[in-house]
Amino acid sequence: MEPIRQIRSTTVVLASTNIDTDQIIPARFLTVTTKLGLGKALFADWRYASDGQPKPDFILNQAAAAGSRILVAGHNFGCGSSREHAPWALVDYGFRAVVSTAIADIFRNNSLKNGLLPIVIDADTHAWLLQHPGAEISIDLETQRLSLPTGASVSFPIEAFARHCLLNGLDELGYLESKRAEIERYEAQCAR
Amino acid sequence: MAARTLFEKVWTAHEVVAETPETPAILYIDLHLAHEVTSPQAFATLAERGLPMRRPDRTLATMDHSTPTRTAQVFGNAPVADDAAAKQVRMLEKNAADFGVELFDMRDSRRGIVHVISPELGATQPGMTIVCGDSHTSTHGAFGALAFGIGSTEVGHVFATQCLLQRKPKTLAINIEGRLAEGVTAKDLILAIIGKIGVSGGTGHVIEYRGSTISALSMDERMTICNMSIEAGARAGMIGPDETTFAYLAGRPRAPSLKDWDAAVARWRSLATDPDAVFDASVDIDAGSLAPMITYGTHPGMVVPIHATIPERADDAVERKALAYMGFHGGEAMLGKPINIVFIGSCTNGRLEDLYAAARILKGRKVAPGVQLLIVPGSQQIKRQAEEAGLAEIFKAAGADWRESGCSMCLGMNGDTAAPGQYVISTSNRNFEGRQGVGARTLLVSPYTAAASAVQGRIADPRGMLQ
Repeated sequence: MEPIRQIRSTTVVLASTNIDTDQIIPARFLTVTTKLGLGKALFADWRYASDGQPKPDFILNQAAAAGSRILVAGHNFGCGSSREHAPWALVDYGFRAVVSTAIADIFRNNSLKNGLLPIVIDADTHAWLLQHPGAEISIDLETQRLSLPTGASVSFPIEAFARHCLLNGLDELGYLESKRAEIERYEAQCAR
Repeated sequence: MAARTLFEKVWTAHEVVAETPETPAILYIDLHLAHEVTSPQAFATLAERGLPMRRPDRTLATMDHSTPTRTAQVFGNAPVADDAAAKQVRMLEKNAADFGVELFDMRDSRRGIVHVISPELGATQPGMTIVCGDSHTSTHGAFGALAFGIGSTEVGHVFATQCLLQRKPKTLAINIEGRLAEGVTAKDLILAIIGKIGVSGGTGHVIEYRGSTISALSMDERMTICNMSIEAGARAGMIGPDETTFAYLAGRPRAPSLKDWDAAVARWRSLATDPDAVFDASVDIDAGSLAPMITYGTHPGMVVPIHATIPERADDAVERKALAYMGFHGGEAMLGKPINIVFIGSCTNGRLEDLYAAARILKGRKVAPGVQLLIVPGSQQIKRQAEEAGLAEIFKAAGADWRESGCSMCLGMNGDTAAPGQYVISTSNRNFEGRQGVGARTLLVSPYTAAASAVQGRIADPRGMLQ
């Protein structure tokens, strides 16, 4: 995985609360056997009409969204199904961070394993971002700070080990595999 | 030793390495359940890295999400409409064979929804850690297991190491007292709980459901409760194992044998939360005052008693959007609204007791003209049991469509879908936009309410129809 240190981008805003993973990618797109190419199904039912044509009023179909790498979303983003296809679709589309006041547990875990930063910030900063769609902001993973164009900046929490892996381009399976001796010892203890 | 909760006992017993500020705990997984939709990418990780599966003997696989439920497609070689779904099923067959995983395949008499068959086999046991690439893995917590859904990358971690990296969650006690009234079910109780704490009320927590109401529930009912923990944002929900748990497990094929039984039960008894244990948070629920519940919006927290009106919250953009999607208005009554499809099934309400509940309403009655009633058993074993008990005959006589087991219309990825704009009264777990088909409108209810509504052709209160 590519190391991630800083993301600077304009934002795309989806202000709805409780955006579930069925909205991020509907179940009918889950009959795949790889992780690739799911960006085209991202928010499919909000993005396309029944005839497959893009809905012009949806933000991802507007010029302002082009090239954005940061999605600002309402409270409790990513709730519902555990489908990792949700972060796969967001990353394949081009997003590298999701910013909200709360992010669902399973989605957050899945995002951290795919180079998508789940950023939880305070309600005031979040409200500013909702009111200023398209603002250019920066997210610094090393210092754990999100900076607004106003010059204000806030810190955000991120699990320490996931941060270490993201900063260094490591994957967690390598670490788990390095603990083989401990796992074997545990299994031997349980078998006694 | 300090007093501990059920969760803390199970967590500690599975720590291969305890967490530190820098690193999460390495948690050992006793049982890994795999299915066709979230496993292919994880098997691919093993293949790419040339890794073996560490413990195929701790892994069970089946196919349920993308599989058809029409008998001709399951057993008659009729083509499956979706080539991609058929390919996914074939890939699981190949992966299971290549890696030595036990698979309950399409024609296996023990196949079914993954969260239905594992308890049914007795594979789900108290004190275990259980994971699956599916958020409704929380179901297994009904046995006092720590069970939660994971993504496909983590499925790969468990395949390769039988372990997961996890931060220790907080604990939330939901204390429930009082007796459920006639016609009010475990489904109504969990919907009421989600309505009270909200769809993110359990985030970061493992719930323990406690109190006299829970103790009085059967295992099928407890599974319905724990199943929907994730709809409150909690990855896991647990219930302390007791005599009901042990009686359910006794004699099941994967449960401890007779010679090991007493030792197992003694171990399981010790798992109960200690009297002085402290939870990080707690909520009290009065079950005695509950009525049948129904959702009116686009997440399970948008829920009201069935005789209530839809809340008027014109100033709330989320409620406005949800009601526009549903074609409803604030202030309208839920009772009497017309419906198109009734779906009885899923890992929430597709077990034998749920089918008995539906039959109690449907016996000697007919589905209203113009309404489709789809009844999908949670497993092939439940299908046979329902047929032997005469339930299937009651369903067919009422005009229901009686299918083979699977996830079916709970999620629109297997051919069972509703059309845009249709109203589906459903015993499943999610009423998200498009969950049961693009533009389909889902109303979550109990099997009683679903069956009563099928007969009346509109949203109906089951309490006057129990027989």
